[in-house]
Amino acid sequence: MALQPLIRKSIVVLALLWMAPAHAYDYPIADPFLATVVGTPAPLKAPLPEDVPFRQSSIRVLERKAPDIFWYDQELRYSYAAQPGPAPLVFLIAGTGAAHNGSKNLLAARAYYSRGYHVVLLSSPVTANFIVAASASGIPGDASADAADLYLAMQKIRDRLSDKLEITGYSLSGYSLGAFNAAYVSHLDAQKKVFNFDKVVMMNPPVRLYTSISLLDRMLDNIPGGADNFDRFYEQLVSAVGAAYKTSETVRFDEELLFKAFETLRPTNELLAALIGVVFRVSSANMVFTADVVTNFGFIKPTNVRVDRYTDTGVYAEVAMRLGFTDYFHAFFYPYQQSLEPGLTRGELIERMSLNTISDYLSTADNVFVIHNADDLILEPGEIQTLQQIFGNRATIFPRGGHMGNMESYDYIDTVLNIMNAPVP
Amino acid sequence: MMAQQNRHLVALALIAAGALSAGCSTAPVVEGEEAKPTVFSADRVLQPGVTYSADIYDPWQGFNRRVYYFNAVVDKHFLLPASNAYKTVTPAPVRRSVTNFFDNFLNLNTLLNSVLQLSPKKTAATTGRLVVNSTLGVLGLFDPATRMGIPQEQEDFGQTLGRWGVGPGPYLVLPLLGPSSLRDGLGAGVDWYVNNELRSRIFALEPWQEWTWTGIYVLNLRANLGFRYYETGTPFEYRMVRMLYTTKRRLDIER
Repeated sequence: MALQPLIRKSIVVLALLWMAPAHAYDYPIADPFLATVVGTPAPLKAPLPEDVPFRQSSIRVLERKAPDIFWYDQELRYSYAAQPGPAPLVFLIAGTGAAHNGSKNLLAARAYYSRGYHVVLLSSPVTANFIVAASASGIPGDASADAADLYLAMQKIRDRLSDKLEITGYSLSGYSLGAFNAAYVSHLDAQKKVFNFDKVVMMNPPVRLYTSISLLDRMLDNIPGGADNFDRFYEQLVSAVGAAYKTSETVRFDEELLFKAFETLRPTNELLAALIGVVFRVSSANMVFTADVVTNFGFIKPTNVRVDRYTDTGVYAEVAMRLGFTDYFHAFFYPYQQSLEPGLTRGELIERMSLNTISDYLSTADNVFVIHNADDLILEPGEIQTLQQIFGNRATIFPRGGHMGNMESYDYIDTVLNIMNAPVP
Repeated sequence: MMAQQNRHLVALALIAAGALSAGCSTAPVVEGEEAKPTVFSADRVLQPGVTYSADIYDPWQGFNRRVYYFNAVVDKHFLLPASNAYKTVTPAPVRRSVTNFFDNFLNLNTLLNSVLQLSPKKTAATTGRLVVNSTLGVLGLFDPATRMGIPQEQEDFGQTLGRWGVGPGPYLVLPLLGPSSLRDGLGAGVDWYVNNELRSRIFALEPWQEWTWTGIYVLNLRANLGFRYYETGTPFEYRMVRMLYTTKRRLDIER
């Protein structure tokens, strides 16, 4: 049967991996768009345990009462997996719009757990649940404020779990926007010294947030017929999602389901870019509407309109899907920050939302590491060099993999675990 | 007896839908004046008179959103804990067999609907599965048909109506059963009635046995669904589920 050549091929690949510890990087997909969508081919996936005992829980973080329409988001949801005995604990922060139990966070958690760590998985600070339950301002995007929110949530969860888990130390990790968040949390901890992280592993962070959100917003320009055809394109996509849904056990509207749907279409590069753009657009729509309701800013929902758990919010959904991260920045986030800090210019705020702001700390923090891809879609030319300058030999840069496409590969996971295994500096 | 109760339940839900939809509004409540103009108001961003693909015909939305919420609460406090307990106390192979058993029995409905749809392919596959799994598979407890490569079809009366050109009608969230449409809700009632008739003719169960059957059926159904209310991560979940359901049914019927 057709399975046999595949098995043979896998054995050959495994044998090669076994025989050549210093093998060349063999992630095969050279096109960063395709890599981002398709991920890691099965034979190159790192072997990870399937039976990690993940548990889900939720915790009250803020005193603030959730708006009625978000009645179910009063508590911050998270997941964790406990080792049977004493062990160090790794906090994992999910990427843009992803929940604590999204596929990439779970993947990283399985890797850490396999090496004897307790793991605690957190949602991205731009998810609706996090904004409602744990964002003090209700308007995410400020790197330091988001880090403070995460820091408080992490301490509350640690206190809750300390009855059940014997914790011998702490580490921190995150991917994509979660890696950016991790850098700022680590910076905060260097001052507050609550956790004293042994290791901080940043997986494919943005360098300058505004650059990355601009690149992502622009991907929607690739929609056939232009952005005015968004609805038709979206409908095509939804049909494909529906087809994937038939075989899926969940209706979580995440990348996994969308990407699976797209495998059934025949994607050109433009369509791949548009798809990636749509995935992030769904995240931004969720974030923008949630922040608007929590702060009652009057961004898309008029300030004098009250929405509750039964309200038809369809019109706001349509508006939110037509706005990008950059619209949020210019017409909501910036004016809001300016009201707190008169005289703050747009340019200053853009430069502040960057790893450069804490580069003095990052360049001397021996326990902070970064892993990235030279062809990552969320970086612009020169930013990889910026990371190499800041992190020196604590930066590992793979030649290809797009945005997180190689995360499941043997090479990537191996790099993460080698960092964790190395002695604490 | 069960069949009658369930039929009444569906009829009741439909009447309630009609009656209540007038009574419950979903329009946003406007209070006083705007503090300042909305930055991206709908008037500014959306073109007038355009209908959007996610706008599914949903005249009973007021009723539907309330039932959606009711279902979520019942799920959280009863169905999920019960199905979790069921998963804890029964070993995986037992649960597998329970699923196989109900799948096999429901294939009687799929067979009838495949015949009504005049589909030789689905009729042949479903007949094959029923014969193999009811005999070699010991009344459906095991599933040798899948290993033999016979595909599992899923056809209900809603799909059969759709196959012959009946549109879905208004979107409808049924109490306890979840997303549906007027057509599919009626279809589900017919399927349930037929299934109960078949069951009482084949097995001749006592009432308490019928209740047990239904109880295990519900536990099995919930245990096999990954869906969690309000955990999709989007504040527009009602709309997303409505769109996915409608799209899925459209694809099911086209298949």
